Amino acid sequence: MVNSKIQIVENILSANDRIAEENLDFLNARNILAVNIMASPGAGKTSVILQTIKSLAPETRIAVIEGDTAPVTIDADKVSNLGIPVTQINTGGNCHLDAMMVRKGLQSLDLENTDLVIIENVGNLVCPASFKLGTHVSLVIASVPEGDDKPYKYPGIYRGIDCLILNKTDLLPYIDFDQNYFRKGIEVLNPGIPVFPVSCKTLEGFSVWTDWLCSKMQGK
Amino acid sequence: MHELSITESLLNTASDYARKNQAKKVTVLNLVIGELSGIVDESIQFYWDMISENSICERSILHFDKRKAIMICMSCQKEFELAGELSPCPSCSSMDLKFLSGNEFLLESIEIEK
Repeated sequence: MVNSKIQIVENILSANDRIAEENLDFLNARNILAVNIMASPGAGKTSVILQTIKSLAPETRIAVIEGDTAPVTIDADKVSNLGIPVTQINTGGNCHLDAMMVRKGLQSLDLENTDLVIIENVGNLVCPASFKLGTHVSLVIASVPEGDDKPYKYPGIYRGIDCLILNKTDLLPYIDFDQNYFRKGIEVLNPGIPVFPVSCKTLEGFSVWTDWLCSKMQGK
Repeated sequence: MHELSITESLLNTASDYARKNQAKKVTVLNLVIGELSGIVDESIQFYWDMISENSICERSILHFDKRKAIMICMSCQKEFELAGELSPCPSCSSMDLKFLSGNEFLLESIEIEK
């Protein structure tokens, strides 16, 4: 019997990362921009997606991938009612989407005439951070009622994102939410990323987000 | 909960390398886990004992080299370890901080019997 040590030094999620790269190649070949939306449950992921569709469709041709832990089609139905192609990924209780699930989602959509794919991740501020999906833009939606301390408590998810939406700003008069404290945390974790304060109810600030998104599509 | 997917990935990677090196069995896996990786080592261990059963990695030991998140203060240039939550520089209280490390999540090596 011989004992030996094998040096590896490989990222444990490298298999996921490779599939994510393939997803990105698939999207680039079709000139599609993909966005991964992460947030805690109730931050307003679906509301932001629906309002983004209302603001940009039909000029921008959009498709949506809905990640859910259970076969509940509430979110997918809302998107479908706007006449937008949508596919639902049921993670079977899993707390995040991974690159393989997204690959299956992309394959189940007809993406022949599509400019933008929006992926709604599972509502969770911890697990989705570890799994690349192969999107061009990853973002977190934070919301005013969650409190201004979330970047300090869940630093991981704010580290790898490209922009941040602060939703439900119409509630700022009623809730002790220190925007400076919140933004300081974001700035430490991810210096220079754009922060878009929006309200899906009053639509205040919403066009700043959609303009930025359009500039990303044009820059492709 | 995401540790189950991660542990499956770990088992695949370790088993691949073991087979490539004609191992009879894997005895030890050396892992590097940064504090900001979001990985809970106890969960990995829990799933490992379940899913490594009847594999080339059965009864192998997971060794976790846990790395603290290291930050640097941009005001006074002091480097310090992050103690749990994001907090100001311990020497000058500045919040002008940058991360140096803490995201590591690697399978560094395996020890095998041939």
